[in-house]
Amino acid sequence: MHKMSKMFVLAVIATAGISTSYAYTGGPDKPGATEIPVKTDADNAGLKLPAGFGALKAIDGLGHTRHIAVTSSGEIYVKLDRPKDGKGILFLQDTNGDGKIDKQTGFGNYGGTGIYVKGDYLYASSNTEVFRYKLDAKQHVINTETPEKIITGLIDRHQHESKSLTLDNNGNIYVNIGAYSNSCQVKDRTKGSMGMKPCPVLDSAAGIWQFKADKANQTYGDGVHYATGLRNVVGLDWNQQQNQLFVMQHGRDQLHDLFPDLYTEKQSADLPAECMYAVKKGSDCGWPYIYYDPEKHKKMLAPEYGGDGVKTAGESAEDPVVAFPAHMAPNGLLFYTGKQFPEKYRNGAFIAFHGSWNRSPEDQAGYFVVFVPFRDGKPSGKWEVFADGFAGPGPVKSPGQALHRPCGLAQGPDGSLYVSDDVKGTVYRIVYKAK
Amino acid sequence: MKKILMAGMMVVMALSAAAQVKKQAPAGTTASIARGKVLYKQICATCHQADATGVPRMNPPLIKTKYVLGDKTKLIKVLLLGLNEDVEIEGEYYSNPMPSQATLKDEEIADVLTFVRNSFGNKAPAITPGQVKAVRATIK
Ligand code: HEC
Repeated sequence: MHKMSKMFVLAVIATAGISTSYAYTGGPDKPGATEIPVKTDADNAGLKLPAGFGALKAIDGLGHTRHIAVTSSGEIYVKLDRPKDGKGILFLQDTNGDGKIDKQTGFGNYGGTGIYVKGDYLYASSNTEVFRYKLDAKQHVINTETPEKIITGLIDRHQHESKSLTLDNNGNIYVNIGAYSNSCQVKDRTKGSMGMKPCPVLDSAAGIWQFKADKANQTYGDGVHYATGLRNVVGLDWNQQQNQLFVMQHGRDQLHDLFPDLYTEKQSADLPAECMYAVKKGSDCGWPYIYYDPEKHKKMLAPEYGGDGVKTAGESAEDPVVAFPAHMAPNGLLFYTGKQFPEKYRNGAFIAFHGSWNRSPEDQAGYFVVFVPFRDGKPSGKWEVFADGFAGPGPVKSPGQALHRPCGLAQGPDGSLYVSDDVKGTVYRIVYKAK
Repeated sequence: MKKILMAGMMVVMALSAAAQVKKQAPAGTTASIARGKVLYKQICATCHQADATGVPRMNPPLIKTKYVLGDKTKLIKVLLLGLNEDVEIEGEYYSNPMPSQATLKDEEIADVLTFVRNSFGNKAPAITPGQVKAVRATIK
């Protein structure tokens, strides 16, 4: 990995010479569209990217921007974690086509994470509810003051409270309800406390719920408990090729803190994997009873339930589709369907890793956007770092040092990849420049 | 190389910090701070981080906050009872439950709080085991 990243840096330096050229983002996605060149920033917005790619900051300084949605004309909705001046959703426009946002309005007096544009509606979530706003032909919100409340009464106990969301093509919306617990201990995050069995969190959280996208005031009883055993999902996306939901789980924390006799600090930094799951109705991904060991490639019994780092368990639980290093906090997932990027990226997965906080005394990890190539709905190669450098030049010892942390992902109509940062509220736009 | 340099710098910083403490604090407090430092690393550092800067949006910093420098009873209660509310520090919000540390002995809570109150740029009077004991008695 280290060697890799050094080579990577060299490659970036080698290509830095062309970093101020123009990207042709009209692209084959919009046949006949005039090719509007977007000027990338001279320093590629501070990012390290594969050869041929460039980046610009579409806008900076918005605050804690969580997820992001881009309309069919390239305009942007972002969700703020807390409302600023009474506005929890920002609408960003680039009126002269240079790629930089020059007009900003806001609405929605609630904070949250989820935001998604599908057809004639904008969907947005607080930490307990989901709203939708009717869009006009330009995908502008018709009335910002009177959204329909489609889902209400979801649990928020100040832990894993983000209600991120995505939609399928059959009028259903999928909402993550994260566990209000690390590993379902009798006393949460308390050394030696054992796990509750059965874990009572699972009835109303730690899973994905499916609701109707067009029905008002639904709550638990109205929805389908679609998938369970998922500790916390922030990044999720509907895979159009497979017609299936894919989710990224945040794995459990603090194996060493809680069970110091069973796990060393180093093991605790490296366990468990952050997992991508392809879920079906009825999937159980195993939390809190198991975690996934990325080196052994096995589902391990959690120490709260009698595990010792050796015992395996959870035979009926789903296996991950991809297992990533521990604690990197995948906050955004996007299957790329655009045509601007080279063939290799088509239908593959981009994942925004927010970056770890509980790997100390090791350096923290993540703070980058990763790519996994897919063929026929399955990974067809190893994951690789696609965009790095969000956190700044040095290693991150503690997450407060990170200048930016990738959180949300969205694809523009021209195939550009947008990344939101929830430290400073930078919206990055990554484009492919080489023809 | 960088790491060695960093480590060296940290040693120098730690030494000068210790020297300062020696100049200002009575011997009992110095010993309490030293014990508290070990406890901090073991128990608190995962969440609040080694440099006490915390984790954005989740775990609050322990640097010059109204909790750390403020009323001792309230501070002791944060450790004995844990905390689960929206914590606001300098316009930033933190939301995650802090687990109760009530299994720690009175001496340990006094030590770790005295360490925190005299590190990371904080300066506040020591907390004694007697004070912890008195607060514990009110919540049993
Ligand atoms: C599992 C993570 C975790 C551990 C371990 C932990 N804390 Fe906390 N702490 C938190 C969180 C989260 C909050 C904020 C609670 C809230 O939002 O209601 C907090 C709040 C506090 C506060 C008040 C707010 C502030 O920033 O001034 C103090 C003081 C504090 N913790 C001290 C400690 C000390 C000392 C220890 C070690 C003995 C410790 N904590 C261990 C997570 C933790």
